[in-house]
Amino acid sequence: MASHLSYGRVNLNILREAARRDLREFLDKCSGSKAIVWDEYLTGPFGLIAQYSLLKEHEVEKMFTLKGGHIPSAAVKNIVFFVRPRLELMDIIAENVASEDKLQPPRDFHILFVPRRSLLCEQRLKEKGVLNSFTNIDEYILDLIPYDSDLLSMESENSFRECYLENDQTSLYHTAKGLMTLQALYGTIPQIFGKGECARHVANMMLRMKREFAGTLIPTLPVFDTLLLLDRNVDLLTPLATQLTYEGLIDEVYGITNGYVKLPPEKFAQKKQEEGGKDLPTEPKKLQLNSAEELYAEIRDKNFNAVGAALSKKAKIISAAFEERHNAKTVGEIKQFVSQLPHMQAARSSLANHTSIAELIKDITTSEVFFDNLTVEQEFMTGVDTDKVCMYIEDCIAQKDPLIKILRLVCMQSVCNNGLKQKLLDYYKREILQTYGYEHILTLNNLEKVGLLKPQSTMRNNYPTIRKTLKLWMEDTNEQNPNDISYVYSGYAPLSVRLTQLLARPGWRSIEEVLKMLPGPHFEERQQLPAGLHKKRQPGENRTTLVFFLGGVTYAEVAALRFLSQMEDSGTEYIIATTKLINGTSWIKSLMDHPEAPLF
Amino acid sequence: MAFVTANWNPLGEAFYRKVELFDMSWTLKEGLRECLIAAAPYGGPIALLKGFQRRSPSTRPQLEIYSSSGVPMASFPWKSGLVKQLGWTVSDDLLCVQEDGTVLVYDLLGGFKRHFSMGNEVSQSQVMETKIFHSPYGTGVAILTGALRFTLATNIDDIKLRRLPEVPGLDGAPTCWAVLSQDRQSKVLVANGSHLFILDNTSCTPVTPPGLSPQASSVLHMCVSFSYKYLALLTDSGHVWMGTSNLKEKVSEVDTSIRTPPKQMAWCRRPKSQQSSVVIMWDRLLLVVGECKETIQYLLDSDSVLVPEMDGVRIINETHHELLQEVPVACEEIFKIASMAPGALLLEAHKEYEKESQKADEYLREIKEQNLLAEAVKQCVEAAGHEYEPETQKTLLRAASFGKCFLSNFPPELFVSMCRDLRVLNAVRDYTVGMPLTHTQFKQMTIQVLIDRLVHRKLYPLAIEVCRYLKTPEYQGVSRVLKHWACYKVQQREESDEVIARTVNMRLADASGISYSEIATKAYESGRTELAIKLLEYEPRSGEQVPLLLKMKKSPLALSKAIESGDTDLVYTVVMYLKNELNRGDFFMMLRNQPVALSLYRQFCKHQELDTLKDLFNQDDDHQELGNYYVKASYKEPRLEARVSLLQSAVDEFYKAKNEFAAKATEEEMRLLRFQRKLEEEKSEPLVGFSLHDTITALLSVGLHKHAEQLYKDFRVSDKRFWWLKLKALAEKGDWEELEKFAKSKKSPIGYLPFVEVCIKHHNKHEASKYVSRVTPEQKVKAHLAVGDLQSATEAAIERRNESEIITVLSRCSATTDVILVERLNRAKATAAKK
Repeated sequence: MASHLSYGRVNLNILREAARRDLREFLDKCSGSKAIVWDEYLTGPFGLIAQYSLLKEHEVEKMFTLKGGHIPSAAVKNIVFFVRPRLELMDIIAENVASEDKLQPPRDFHILFVPRRSLLCEQRLKEKGVLNSFTNIDEYILDLIPYDSDLLSMESENSFRECYLENDQTSLYHTAKGLMTLQALYGTIPQIFGKGECARHVANMMLRMKREFAGTLIPTLPVFDTLLLLDRNVDLLTPLATQLTYEGLIDEVYGITNGYVKLPPEKFAQKKQEEGGKDLPTEPKKLQLNSAEELYAEIRDKNFNAVGAALSKKAKIISAAFEERHNAKTVGEIKQFVSQLPHMQAARSSLANHTSIAELIKDITTSEVFFDNLTVEQEFMTGVDTDKVCMYIEDCIAQKDPLIKILRLVCMQSVCNNGLKQKLLDYYKREILQTYGYEHILTLNNLEKVGLLKPQSTMRNNYPTIRKTLKLWMEDTNEQNPNDISYVYSGYAPLSVRLTQLLARPGWRSIEEVLKMLPGPHFEERQQLPAGLHKKRQPGENRTTLVFFLGGVTYAEVAALRFLSQMEDSGTEYIIATTKLINGTSWIKSLMDHPEAPLF
Repeated sequence: MAFVTANWNPLGEAFYRKVELFDMSWTLKEGLRECLIAAAPYGGPIALLKGFQRRSPSTRPQLEIYSSSGVPMASFPWKSGLVKQLGWTVSDDLLCVQEDGTVLVYDLLGGFKRHFSMGNEVSQSQVMETKIFHSPYGTGVAILTGALRFTLATNIDDIKLRRLPEVPGLDGAPTCWAVLSQDRQSKVLVANGSHLFILDNTSCTPVTPPGLSPQASSVLHMCVSFSYKYLALLTDSGHVWMGTSNLKEKVSEVDTSIRTPPKQMAWCRRPKSQQSSVVIMWDRLLLVVGECKETIQYLLDSDSVLVPEMDGVRIINETHHELLQEVPVACEEIFKIASMAPGALLLEAHKEYEKESQKADEYLREIKEQNLLAEAVKQCVEAAGHEYEPETQKTLLRAASFGKCFLSNFPPELFVSMCRDLRVLNAVRDYTVGMPLTHTQFKQMTIQVLIDRLVHRKLYPLAIEVCRYLKTPEYQGVSRVLKHWACYKVQQREESDEVIARTVNMRLADASGISYSEIATKAYESGRTELAIKLLEYEPRSGEQVPLLLKMKKSPLALSKAIESGDTDLVYTVVMYLKNELNRGDFFMMLRNQPVALSLYRQFCKHQELDTLKDLFNQDDDHQELGNYYVKASYKEPRLEARVSLLQSAVDEFYKAKNEFAAKATEEEMRLLRFQRKLEEEKSEPLVGFSLHDTITALLSVGLHKHAEQLYKDFRVSDKRFWWLKLKALAEKGDWEELEKFAKSKKSPIGYLPFVEVCIKHHNKHEASKYVSRVTPEQKVKAHLAVGDLQSATEAAIERRNESEIITVLSRCSATTDVILVERLNRAKATAAKK
């Protein structure tokens, strides 16, 4: 079920198993039949840890969504609340508990706080007079969730907003805790590098926690050689650009949530049904996307322009494999063929699915709108006319294209120009407010606060220097057989990944100047290993680096890092961790403010 | 060596030996007479209460505590009530049960810890007899009251009093009784004359021991073995009955022919031994009774006390402290006269080897021929563990080591760990420490408990030595000892805060996993707040510091520590505490100096207390945020006037914040709202809340062109935007006539291709073609293609000699129907490419 997690360089299944074990332990603590009341936000992340079957094995009979009023009746002994530690939720729980039917046989209440219990919330429950109604108040430490064999995510939607806009560093605390858990399982990480304020904060907390835990940790041989902590605001540009890998485009177009994507159903109608009835499925088709699917693992990180070729090659291989049956003469050969059938059929249906998805996406990438948008993005990234009003943006506003699209472009222009001239900025802002409504003044203010939009200071625009030094734009990008990470954006090499690449070789000392231009401090820390745990590297053995993106990472960046891992001479393999997988749209959305509508 | 067996006495199959543990270093004026005495098992301390029955205040009884070797540890006059019984808990605390049922708890250095009561019933009818017992649940107290009822508490750390049922026919003190631990329950076995009863929570069951001698008419004494498995009864006929404590099986019965009641009786049995025996003590006689008719008799020359242990009985008197035990099998095998056991032969071989005699080889051969060398080594190691004299231990270990040389793959752990254990045991057996533990007891109590006991005795250096020597993980070993030491240290009043803090930190510096907050709490509890704060400075876990700091009312420090920990929940906790503790002004001031706390509190207010949020911004003169606050608030306001007035407040704030753009934009919004409202009233079109763009669109779609035009001018909408907007609105409405008029009104700032495309989007090819001619040459091809005019598109493309446009047109041509066009285009493409 989650075996794909164990195949990577680092066996992340250990982490998942540890999380499952904790969950089972808690469930068994509440003996007897139970109903879980879910904080809806948690169901997605939990899906990555445990399916319903696990819960069922531990006598979970009903599941409800947390909402006001009273909990639906269920003949169970226990009611278990799975919630984040938030005051609003405490109020709802208090209401639930208070309105419990006194006539029914009493049920035991339990709370499981995810990822950590909170004094503040318990205080609130106390004030509401329900704290004593709970038999168990516990915490379920779920910080880093294994997302794929080389990918960990905290699935924390708002962490960028909280850290950079609201100055609330709660998610950084969870990050540090999560990294401590990781170190408990996979050994102390001897080297920590970082860039950015948040990275510094997390590293400080980690070092302190290490002192706190001193003596209690069981020493294990370190699996990771290096940890690199990167603030998202060190590289604000990358998420704004349209991702051009297969997985990146699926995310841009349809959005991937907790590893699942919902697709329009029409393309996926079963062939057999076509004969029977005309009724097409109306429910969106839900697909899980991860490396457990062989074909997907193969194509997800390719530039979309190389996907077609890969799919047709695969199609040939599969049909050749099916042709084999004609060659199977002896009983033994037939038996062998049959034994491979399930695998082949799975491969065929996987191929069919991805061919359909690729067709859907191709319709979009070949459209004029997509092309024009991409052209403008690439102009900005190469530094063409970033200091003038962009006609394309103007036209898009005039036609009232989706606001997020506009915001992505304007922000991109601002970032690529190290801020816009006050007059230009005001012009864009005014156009946006007049077209999309005055309420967006709050959103624009937010974007300014996090630095995505800013008036140009007297300082000279340093983006061109950064671009040139870090080789962020590569003219001769090979999309089919890439030789550089820039293939993921068909020319633009993501800054964050470039920093990672340069850290491994030749080291950051060579780019001191550029690092100083990027926001926040950069630093290096060493963590002492217990004697006898120093890894003896075999000649030719790769180093393993954990790259942690604070504030989110895009699928294209992940793809670029995977590409680096696979490069023959890179010498480093990367495991990626993040607070959340994001794309430009979901990212900007998280920064928007929607004042509540007037009540009339 | 020859005398190892000198103190052995045979009893049936087994031997018993009495080993001298200590010459007592105490000097007791009146001996052990007339005093209550309690000695803890596992070589624990001894408590004496002299003259315990004295009540006059002029001559108070004296309570004294000694180590097992008689070294005084505490002594003080007893000022409380009449004590009926002394006893020790499993964690080295002294229990003093008073007549009124109050139990006082002291530590082993005589410090008073607490007291508890055994209940009203007991205090009313007074304590007649009491027994202190140990079970897997802890230390328990059983009391027989003056009302002849039993009250029981199984664990004094979690007192649940149980009053047992009445014993039928009991009209005076029972002859004897004992506490049993069976089926996870503590029960009482009572003898009333010849009748025996077992009392549990709910019932009183009469029992009869199987095969009890018929001559007996009364049970005089009884005792239960250390493990609660066996029971011994002494009857008035002088018979000792031994059997299982569930009274189902008899092991043996021996006639002692002594009919006087004994002073004490105790089991003497080592775990897993086949032998059962009981030690019975009268005034001057000690009798070991086993399964055979014979007995061993020792004469006593002074008053003594028996202390039952898991593997023997200790005998304490005024001058001596001895251990009486069954000789362990390994020792017996090796030292028994003329033994041919492998261990004995190995010992002999080694002796000869030391003498440089070739006999050593003969002995060795003999063992090796039987393939018993490994067995021999094991025997020697094991026997060494059971010996009390270091010299004997060494001899045996040397023999074992010698034997090991002739074995190729004998695992070393056994030997090594025995050497280590013995080193520790010899150290704690020293009379200055006074813990005469046997190896069996040591293994049972575990190293953890041993360290605890050393700590209780404040023998910190020794405890640390032991931890280091046994390589106990730091967290459970050295660090724990140091923490206890520090907790003790901070209570020493004679030293100054600085000195203590420095000493503590110096000692603890290298130890990991130390909780300074625990030490600080101790300091605070003993009234040394300043010291506590100093110590907290050393605490690496900032989170741990916070609760204590709050308790000590050091809230600013608590806040900065909470922030330092990074745990936002902790910060919130302190902030909420401060909010209730301080007046508003001070509270805000404190937040102001702590930006992290301030922004968290803002988050809290945003969700919970909007008004406070405003006050916070006000205090900080954060006009931008105040402006935003008013903007947000305006959207919650259903009435337009209120909404506009909130926006006006926002404008004021934006100006103060020197954010001219925001101020102007807000003013514009206010104007728009007023306009929308006015028009809504006039034309009853819902408009309020729309964006400017949507307002104009709405106006156009209902034909209010004038008003739309007015907005366009008033709000200085850019031409481009207005043209797009009007184009789309009119096409949406299908007002083609108006659109045409509009197109002709003046030169379009967006060109005419949009006109073509928008018309096509609304499926009106006819209207679209009207605008094709007006499209700029660059966009002509696109326009022709948009209306599906391949012919003209071809013309235009060829005329412009633009390769990419030619290709675009080509891609739209069908190879079958547009043969001519394709041909022309291909030709043009070739020339264009050449150029």
